Amino acid sequence: MIPSAPKPAAFVAKGTYRRRRMRDLARAVPVIGVVLLAIPLLWSDAALNSGAIVYIFVVWVLLILLAAAISRAVSTDVATDTPKAR
Amino acid sequence: MVAFNVLVAVALAYVAFLFAVAFFAERRAAQGLGGWLYSPIVYTLSLSIYCTAWTFYGAVGYAARSGLEYVTIYLGPTLVMVGWWWVLRRLVRIGRTQRITSIADLISSRFGKSTSLGVIVTLMAVVAGTPYIALQLQSVTLSFSVFAEAGGRPWGPNELAGGARWVAVGLAIFTVLFGTRNLDANERHHGIVMAIAVEAVVKLLALIAVGVFVVWGIAGGPTQILAQIDASPIARWEQNGARWFSLIFLSAAAFICLPRMFQVLVVENVDERHLNIAGWAFPAYLMLMSLFVVPIAVVGLRLLPAGANPDLFVLTVPLSQGQNGLAMLSFLGGFSSATSMVIVATIALATMVSNHIVVPMWLTTRSGGEAKMSGDVRYVILLSRRLSIAGVLLLGYLYYRVSGGGTALAAIGLVSFTGAVQVLPALIGGIFWRGSTRVGAAMGLITGFVVWSWTLFLPSFGNGAVITEAVATLGPFGINWLRPDALFGIDGMDPLVHGIMWSMLLNAAMFFAGSVFSFPTPLERLQGAQFVNVFDYSTGSQPWRTSAASAEDLLIMFQRIIGGTEAQAFFQRAASKQGKVGYLPDVTSEFLENLERELAGSVGAATAHAMIGQLTDGSGLSVEDLIAVADEAAQILEYSNQLEAKSAEQDRTARALQDANEQLTALSVQKDAFLSQISHELRTPMTSIRSFSEILRDSDMTAAEQGKYAGIIHDETLRLTRLLDDLLDLSVLANGEVVLQDQTGSLSALIERAVSVAGHGVKLTIKRTRVGEDVVLRTDLDRLVQVFINLIANAHKYCDAQKPALRIEVSHSDAAYRIDFIDNGSGIRAENQKIIFEKFARISDEGKAGGAGLGLAICREIMTRLGGQITYLPGQGGAAFRVVLPMTAILANQ
Repeated sequence: MIPSAPKPAAFVAKGTYRRRRMRDLARAVPVIGVVLLAIPLLWSDAALNSGAIVYIFVVWVLLILLAAAISRAVSTDVATDTPKAR
Repeated sequence: MVAFNVLVAVALAYVAFLFAVAFFAERRAAQGLGGWLYSPIVYTLSLSIYCTAWTFYGAVGYAARSGLEYVTIYLGPTLVMVGWWWVLRRLVRIGRTQRITSIADLISSRFGKSTSLGVIVTLMAVVAGTPYIALQLQSVTLSFSVFAEAGGRPWGPNELAGGARWVAVGLAIFTVLFGTRNLDANERHHGIVMAIAVEAVVKLLALIAVGVFVVWGIAGGPTQILAQIDASPIARWEQNGARWFSLIFLSAAAFICLPRMFQVLVVENVDERHLNIAGWAFPAYLMLMSLFVVPIAVVGLRLLPAGANPDLFVLTVPLSQGQNGLAMLSFLGGFSSATSMVIVATIALATMVSNHIVVPMWLTTRSGGEAKMSGDVRYVILLSRRLSIAGVLLLGYLYYRVSGGGTALAAIGLVSFTGAVQVLPALIGGIFWRGSTRVGAAMGLITGFVVWSWTLFLPSFGNGAVITEAVATLGPFGINWLRPDALFGIDGMDPLVHGIMWSMLLNAAMFFAGSVFSFPTPLERLQGAQFVNVFDYSTGSQPWRTSAASAEDLLIMFQRIIGGTEAQAFFQRAASKQGKVGYLPDVTSEFLENLERELAGSVGAATAHAMIGQLTDGSGLSVEDLIAVADEAAQILEYSNQLEAKSAEQDRTARALQDANEQLTALSVQKDAFLSQISHELRTPMTSIRSFSEILRDSDMTAAEQGKYAGIIHDETLRLTRLLDDLLDLSVLANGEVVLQDQTGSLSALIERAVSVAGHGVKLTIKRTRVGEDVVLRTDLDRLVQVFINLIANAHKYCDAQKPALRIEVSHSDAAYRIDFIDNGSGIRAENQKIIFEKFARISDEGKAGGAGLGLAICREIMTRLGGQITYLPGQGGAAFRVVLPMTAILANQ
């Protein structure tokens, strides 16, 4: 018999579960960014630059804050990375 | 006005300061005191080489020309950094485990340490990178000329060229000094990284200072500047969606693929956790860098005369307001942007050129075992690095001179990005898709490069410069659908979007198709598994066959590259790990693998592989090796299966032994019981014989009495004889010594005989069903009749019915003939049914029967010998015995 890889557990501890969802969120950040940055394209041509500037920089700051918040949440497990915990 | 000489003096002082910083950092690192060198802040700041002079000066110009579109150049990297969990984390981990030295090394290493792929990527990087370096030289020179002009002595073309030349020479010296000081095993440059971090702070401060001055000093506050933006000519938000997304994609991809970005992101990374901080800190840096771009552009457009170059607003706006100090700071910011970019780009390109072109060529020219004996490899590699650095800068300078340094050069930024990005499909495919192959990667790279050259790069030289007017409008050889700005006849697209789309699309398609339809070499597959599953197994398994290479040869070769002390230390460590003393470890495959990785950190994976290959008789990885490895695994598996089977067998044997032991114990008990029984059986008649013979001897008695006692003695003797006969019989039967006779006769006659012997003159009624008895037997009839007699005699002896009767029934199945003897007594109780066939088994009181209890035991032995059996048949209303004869004993039905 070839020893098969251990089956991923269906249920994990609450902390582990939360950490994995945080990683999912970390993966989602650029997607959120793309969606938010696409929104100005829907504006009519009459829109003015100053509004677009304010919008884009607000989105930018939000992305930075979100990334910073998540980085704290996932920072504990970067070093001790468990490959299977996807 | 700033005196031009003062400006030059400040610039030189700044450069001297950078030298000092770099030197200091190198020394601290060498002394092992550079803990602060490894902080995430330094890492984040070193990433800022993304913001070159093209972004420092050019972003304002870009904004002045096309409004808000300039932010896309910063938004792409922002998305990559905040999404570091996707690609960057993987790249950095791969870079660390595989000791990657450059992006060409990564591609080459991933696709089977291929030298040719390394060459392709290197050439592409040089072609795409040279214009960018030229652009930096131009911007520094232009910024000098701004001050010269402000000083009242405008620069002519000669001065511009001279300025560019001096900048190039200065940068070459700096880069050679700090970029090739050592041939470190991990290819990191602490001095340069530190200098870059300082420059990152300077350029950020400079741009923010100019921005603050513009917003609060000129415009009068945030509200006013927003109003001015809306009033300016660039106020309209008319963003083309395709261009918006193409540029975000382009800058995101370039952020990963540019050789210089790869250098700082992956190669210079000292700790994976730094990504965690840089993931948000670098986007913040980019955001601050681009925050004041539009205000500066708007104010510049308003304040300066119509013909002013918007690319230089960052300098000219403060100068026009008489802010000389601020202009000086701004100049230093631009100078920092240009120099840091050129230094890192040059190092990255020089590493690639040296590792993938010069050293392989040098190795081929001295093939065979000479590599270890002749020449100082270390010196050759360092020299090739230095020459490459000088060569790359020279190329940049020549490009600057040839292109004329005009606006044509300014447009090259995005074109250059697109060229660098052609690596993306092979890079992303290589780290996420195990099925990607070298053939696919090469096809994709070449296709992308050709399409990029045709649609973007060659046209960038200007109308009619390289591609003639006729070709541009009619297509090459009049083939209309190959026009550089309208491939496949699709007209009217933005040229940049057109070039990005077609080059990436065709590149990716060829990469995919080439990968799917080609077959990878074993080494490719191995490397592919290691790259894609980098988080699953972090150690490589490079099965070098243990080979003829002696440890001494390897040490000589290694010393020549790494240097004596480091090489000896490495070998000593390896030896002591193997439990050996001295400098020469055993040349195991594990040792070779470590050695190769260590070498790869200096000269790249392909070259390291080739060098080790030369010393080990080229015994790299072959299909046979892989199969051998697989065989070994299979053998281990087989062995373990065998062990398992053996263990199961041993279990069974143990159980069998245990059973046998129990049987033996039971037999021993039986034997004891048998002995005690038989002595008892023998003793009883012997006692009577002895007593009566004593009476006969000792006392006078009448003849009648004598006759009576003699009769008793005779009876007892007979009984004794019978017992001994039975025992003998049993022993003969049990030992298989009996010789069976082959006789023929009818069953009916046989039963007749038995009844007449055992049943004559007794009150036992015998009922027979004569129908079934009409059968001819061929067996030992004398023995069989003995069984029948025994059964009839038993019924006679033990049947306790008022009118004892015995039924003898004959029946048959396919396999056997059955003769049942059933009496009408009370039968045998269930617990006794098992023991009645044992020797000396008597269930009623012994005196009544007068037998020794051997009859049924003998019957069983006989039937076993005859190939049949005798069993007790319960549930027949009395004692019932079934004699089963095998069909072989039946000759014929009558």
